[in-house]
Amino acid sequence: MSRITVIVDGVSYTDEVEPRTLLVHYLRETVGKTGTVVGCDTSNCGACTVHLDGTSVKSCNVLAVQADGHEVTTIEGLAQNGELHPVQKAFHECHALQCGYCTPGMIMQACDVLKNNPDPSEQEIREGLEGNLCRCTGYHNIVKAVQQAAGELSSQAVSS
Amino acid sequence: MTITDDRTDTTAPELEIGKARRRKEDQRLITGRTRWTDNIQLPGMLHLAMVRSPFAHATITAINTAEAKAAPGVIDVVTGEDIKDVQGVNANAWPITADQVTPTHLPVAVERVACAGEIVAVVVARSAAAARDAAELVDVDYDELPAVLDLKEAAADTVLAHPDLGTNKSAFWKLDSAEAGTGGDVDAAIAKAREDGVVIEREFRQQRLIPAFMEPRSVVVDPTGEQMVVWSATQIPHILRFLIAATMGIPESKVRVIAPDVGGGFGGKLQTTPEEFATIAVARRLGKPCKYTETRSESLLSGHHGRDQWQKLTLSAEKDGTVTGLKVELLADMGAYIAIVGGGVPVLGAWMFNSIYKFPAYQFNCQTVLTNKTWVDAYRGAGRPEATFGIERMMDELAAELGRDPLEVREQNWIRHEEFPFTTVAGMTYDSGNYEAATAKAKELFGYDELRAEQKRRRESNDPVQLGIGVSTFTEMCGLAPSRILGQLNYGAGGWEHASIRMLATGKVEVVTGVSPHGQGHETAWSQIVADRLGVPFEDVEVLHGDTQTSPRGLDTYGSRSLVVGAEAVVRAADRVIDKAKVFAAHLLEASEDDLEFKAGRFGVKGTDKGIGIAEIALATFAAHNLPDGAEPSIDADATFDPDNFSFPHGTHLCAMEVDTETGATTMRKYVCVDDIGTIINPLIVEGQVHGGLVQGIAQALWEGAEYDEQGTLVTGSFVDYTLPTAADTISFVTDHTTSPSTTNTLGTKGVGEAGTIASTPAVVNAIVDAVRPLGVDDIVMPCTPERVWKAIQAGHPVSHEGERDAAPHFDEATPNQDPGAGSPSTTTEGSDQ
Ligand code: FES
Ligand code: FES
Repeated sequence: MSRITVIVDGVSYTDEVEPRTLLVHYLRETVGKTGTVVGCDTSNCGACTVHLDGTSVKSCNVLAVQADGHEVTTIEGLAQNGELHPVQKAFHECHALQCGYCTPGMIMQACDVLKNNPDPSEQEIREGLEGNLCRCTGYHNIVKAVQQAAGELSSQAVSS
Repeated sequence: MTITDDRTDTTAPELEIGKARRRKEDQRLITGRTRWTDNIQLPGMLHLAMVRSPFAHATITAINTAEAKAAPGVIDVVTGEDIKDVQGVNANAWPITADQVTPTHLPVAVERVACAGEIVAVVVARSAAAARDAAELVDVDYDELPAVLDLKEAAADTVLAHPDLGTNKSAFWKLDSAEAGTGGDVDAAIAKAREDGVVIEREFRQQRLIPAFMEPRSVVVDPTGEQMVVWSATQIPHILRFLIAATMGIPESKVRVIAPDVGGGFGGKLQTTPEEFATIAVARRLGKPCKYTETRSESLLSGHHGRDQWQKLTLSAEKDGTVTGLKVELLADMGAYIAIVGGGVPVLGAWMFNSIYKFPAYQFNCQTVLTNKTWVDAYRGAGRPEATFGIERMMDELAAELGRDPLEVREQNWIRHEEFPFTTVAGMTYDSGNYEAATAKAKELFGYDELRAEQKRRRESNDPVQLGIGVSTFTEMCGLAPSRILGQLNYGAGGWEHASIRMLATGKVEVVTGVSPHGQGHETAWSQIVADRLGVPFEDVEVLHGDTQTSPRGLDTYGSRSLVVGAEAVVRAADRVIDKAKVFAAHLLEASEDDLEFKAGRFGVKGTDKGIGIAEIALATFAAHNLPDGAEPSIDADATFDPDNFSFPHGTHLCAMEVDTETGATTMRKYVCVDDIGTIINPLIVEGQVHGGLVQGIAQALWEGAEYDEQGTLVTGSFVDYTLPTAADTISFVTDHTTSPSTTNTLGTKGVGEAGTIASTPAVVNAIVDAVRPLGVDDIVMPCTPERVWKAIQAGHPVSHEGERDAAPHFDEATPNQDPGAGSPSTTTEGSDQ
């Protein structure tokens, strides 16, 4: 067992974990962050995407011990003070989710895409989301949502 | 109590139906506040892992569980032998013929496995990780048996999937228009066309697909209460409850099934699974709550697969393009077992191969066959995509044979809008539709004539990147289904749906629906419907579903039935609430019922400004202080609706594909669809259903296919090899609608859940074939990978193109490795290099 301390959604947790424990299992089973989900066993689907120190990672592809001393943000920590993140809002507005299973990972990845490229083209959005599978939406409205969020985030940046 | 209507002069409130309401479901889903089955934790809960057969066909000779039992954290290891009397069975609910050959499908195999991935033992441990570790330690001895994997070989009965059954042929099902009295003799029509008309004969392959819902299946069983509670990632909680009771010897009243948040299904969760039954058996044996969640690899291997047919089609026509007959001969792979509606899926195509056309003679033959592969059952569209693919490919082939425009040939044969209702050669009565209108709109949005002109230019200039235009004018039958028809087809259940409406004292409304959504947005759409019907605010309606305790009656969600059957039950329950409330309104207003009219949530006394709102009646009913003598104090109501007919949405889909003739690479340039799905409740939800459906159908055409090796091992057993499309593979679509309201339900709605998938596959393949037809290609097997497209081009015998050339010069050996852009500077290649 290894002892790790991880800040998850702003709260510090110290736990004993088996060295082989994946970050996604630590988040779901130990910390109770069941908003982050598992969709595959080959790191293809992106359903488990979270932010590690502000950058998106597939949490099934990271060991919990690697997160020791770092900060993790999950879908549950994205809204601030009861205000939805612009990407969350845009997903709702644009009907970018159906069953919602891919949604946490998709939103976390979309945030990352926009952080790296605040004004992406449609193709850049599509390529930025390539590691996240959705079986319901056909991606059409997800792309729209990311475009809408990009507009919202850049107007926030201008006004602040 | 206010009885003065102060709203008589206000204009009617804006209707909810037709509004692009943002979904009620989203708030939880976008913030991670979800209840997936795998999220459920119960005190003392144990975790299961399955030991699965690596062999496609084998006898189990010994199972040694000692080492696994001794592993840390392991509570028990259970074999099929241990639970053989209590594990129930995976039932087939639709034997398509009385003599269907149906192998017994045990949840945990006892003596023999008939496909790779079958469960042979269950490990129970304190954690999922411990259970999985110990599963590796279970030592199973197998005697391998010969396996039959190829569908055509299986049909020849040389190797048997189940030796004890003596044959692989499960059932033969036929519909003949001459015998049924719905049309002429197809063989006569074909014989005549051989003399003086046109005969098109093709064999198409419907590859095996995997539904690949994003949430892996999961089941939690709590046997500790008087009523056993089963949470499952299922589309069919009610059917599951029934089959648990029917096959496990547990009284139905002792079983509660809950489908919490369910992450997609697409038919893949329209099943009662071995994993569910095994988990129930183990939980009951140990008296402890148990959870099993599959890995993705297990899901791809042992969740049921879809499609998998050979289609032999013969179409006869007169020289002027008028179709005179269609004969269909299907071989359908059922896999190792006949799953819940497995045999019935290809048979659903019987009424759909004739599609939107007025064929005078028709015959449908379907032979279902057993093999040693994963069992096959419903996948989005179920039987109708196969049929639509077959006929829409054939109509293109006919047009090509005649050298005519494929839309024109279709129009010559389709049912004209003034001919509805129309009884088809397969005996179905289509209630409404307007194929001309949908096609005209689609052509315009697509820029059909311009793209045809561009195609011509590119052909003439021998552009290495050719443009193809694919057409699919589809209809489908959905909204399963009139119970009487299901009875005639030997289906094991009815097709009705149930709803209850509870009028709460505070004016809020609870709507209980028997259908069970897994992403479709029923909570939002049903709220819109009830808001309009009862005149209550959208926000005041709560929709409850997916739990047999709150929703005791229902037949769940599949076959695009929720809206056309399930919501019709809701409408009827709402109308009963109004009828009941009217009696109380008359009493409270001291008026005659005949003088009341109900509008916008209020009973008004005609010709006066007196009135009372339905919420006030709900409160008065709750108090029950002042109700008519002898009245029962309730305005709640139930309704069960059994449809008279299916629902027949239709549409015209147009697809432009660019094909690089040197590499075989294909690029989708444009996709336009105009669907007629009757009245639209929520355009946003409809668009979403269409987009998602399109991509699943396009994926069949271009990317997906479940492949086995010669040993019967699924080689596309993970998301590395089973290639779902990503955002980068797909494009944005142009979607629109025409509306001819359905006449078979109150709201005029038609199903939409499967439409996109049904229509899009042939549109894409037709486009690719259209692009390379001048190179001698008239079919490409799906998925149309660059390799297959390239090979088809290589194998093609280039036909002379308007007399100008015999071969495309870019296949000229003198000019190898041409730059795709070179040699055609004046031709646009926009989109070809993306
Ligand atoms: S669960 Fe992490 S990528 Fe699929
Ligand atoms: S919304 Fe269902 S998988 Fe994306």
